[in-house]
Amino acid sequence: MSAKDFFFKKIEQYKNEVALVSEDGNQITYREFVRRADDFARQIGRRCLIFLACKNVAESVIAYAGCLRNDIVPIMIGADTDMELLNHLFTSYHPAYIWYPGNGTEFMGAEVYQDGRYSLYRTDYEEDYELSEDLALLLTTSGSTGSPKLVRQTWRNIESNTQSIIHYLGIVPSDKAITTLPMHYTYGLSIINTHLCIGARMILTEATLLDKTFWNLLKEEKATTFGGVPYTYEILKKLRFKRMHLPSLRYITQAGGKLSKELAEEFNAICEEKSIQLIVMYGQTEATARMSYLPWKDAKRKAGSIGIAIPGGHFVLIDENGNEIEAPNEVGEMVYFGENVTSGYAESRKDLIKPDENCGVLHTGDMAKRDDEGFYYVVGRKKRFLKLFGNRVNLDEVEELLRQQKIENLCSGTDDHLIIFITDRNQEKKAVDFIMNHTGITRGGFEVRHIESIPRSESGKILYSALKAD
Amino acid sequence: MKAIERYQEIFKTVFGVEDEILETLEYQGIAQWDSVGHMQLVAALEEEFDIMFDTDDIIDFNSYTAGKEILKKYEVEL
Repeated sequence: MSAKDFFFKKIEQYKNEVALVSEDGNQITYREFVRRADDFARQIGRRCLIFLACKNVAESVIAYAGCLRNDIVPIMIGADTDMELLNHLFTSYHPAYIWYPGNGTEFMGAEVYQDGRYSLYRTDYEEDYELSEDLALLLTTSGSTGSPKLVRQTWRNIESNTQSIIHYLGIVPSDKAITTLPMHYTYGLSIINTHLCIGARMILTEATLLDKTFWNLLKEEKATTFGGVPYTYEILKKLRFKRMHLPSLRYITQAGGKLSKELAEEFNAICEEKSIQLIVMYGQTEATARMSYLPWKDAKRKAGSIGIAIPGGHFVLIDENGNEIEAPNEVGEMVYFGENVTSGYAESRKDLIKPDENCGVLHTGDMAKRDDEGFYYVVGRKKRFLKLFGNRVNLDEVEELLRQQKIENLCSGTDDHLIIFITDRNQEKKAVDFIMNHTGITRGGFEVRHIESIPRSESGKILYSALKAD
Repeated sequence: MKAIERYQEIFKTVFGVEDEILETLEYQGIAQWDSVGHMQLVAALEEEFDIMFDTDDIIDFNSYTAGKEILKKYEVEL
């Protein structure tokens, strides 16, 4: 298969089918979609690096398709990215252009093209770097802490993962997915990719599940599916999803963190009653998007499991010495093999020429066990990460950011609840303000507690286990 | 504490804001009042006033002011 067979380069075949539906009900056919996408790409006219400030609106998806159809490499970021962080990413990557909604700022350069509410700005950077041949796009790994570390995805990664997902979810051209996740987040992007690949419809909205607009749009446009992180399911529970009448929904998916067994069981029952399939999945940006799924027929008896590897991939569990664990129910690190394993990371523009460093093997950093029927259960993480409302947060990174602010601290906690332990009570407000204003972590996602001193072992190692007591 | 003070206190705690801006607070008007913040606000109000909101009221609760009206339906006098 060659790059010209990449599905994005063939979507004009869907002609007058509807590709995108906007929040106001406006429909864009594949014909128009492709025309606008290629118009966008023509303004750039060559293979180079650009920033896409993503929102779930037509202009954003159009530019994305324009890039992937024409070998332009986008760095996908949220349109609401903090300016300071954006500037930092700019100086690390020297993009040639940025596609941005509304008024840009000085460092973005001159406006050269417009489509709808978005403008294309040409930067003044010297392009003192090269792009490797297979590189298709770059995604951030951490939604909130602002590290310039990006994942390098090739068009082969995207092609492979997209085809696999379409196959195991059974996505059909009549499907209509409504957006619930950011486009620059790999899970949200994979929903867009799979639907565009087979000529299905994307219903685009910036409204959240807590807006009336969202539910009205879902009903009016007869959405057949949406995805959600565990927190989405907490919200759905609170909104009494059970009592909602949504006959167009065919299936819903879950990924982006572990759905508790209780919540999985509860939603399995609700969905069964409504004849909606609930597909629990597992993945990482480093694997393009998806690595496993739990087939609906097994959902009940395997509640709490992430299921089995997706078609074309497989898992192996390894022990501390790197040896394969063959016996069931023993915990080891999950290692994934598949064509969707991405090439590796980039920390700056100099890394964009790097070849495939993973060669189809990904050490996930997640600890799991496999039952005697081959279903996997994630039990924890090897490193210090937690998920805050779907965003992966590196605890060591948050600690370091606070330390740079001269706040002595340790971070710990559980998913959706970061705990920052500080030794100086007087710095509480400073810590709260900093986290709120500079990391994108919301006030409800963390708490600050006071400790007398940093607990350490005799050898000086930090004793995180001693933090539990307060 | 009077009910209105309890109501205000919840907004201040959940969103980390000061008294002065309470009246102008709207859903998605500040970074802290996003969907996550909204669920925390709802949970905190339900606990404080021992009530349980209907789906529509959770969705319609889109400002500090609108919330006062909604609470009336649950016989909370502010």
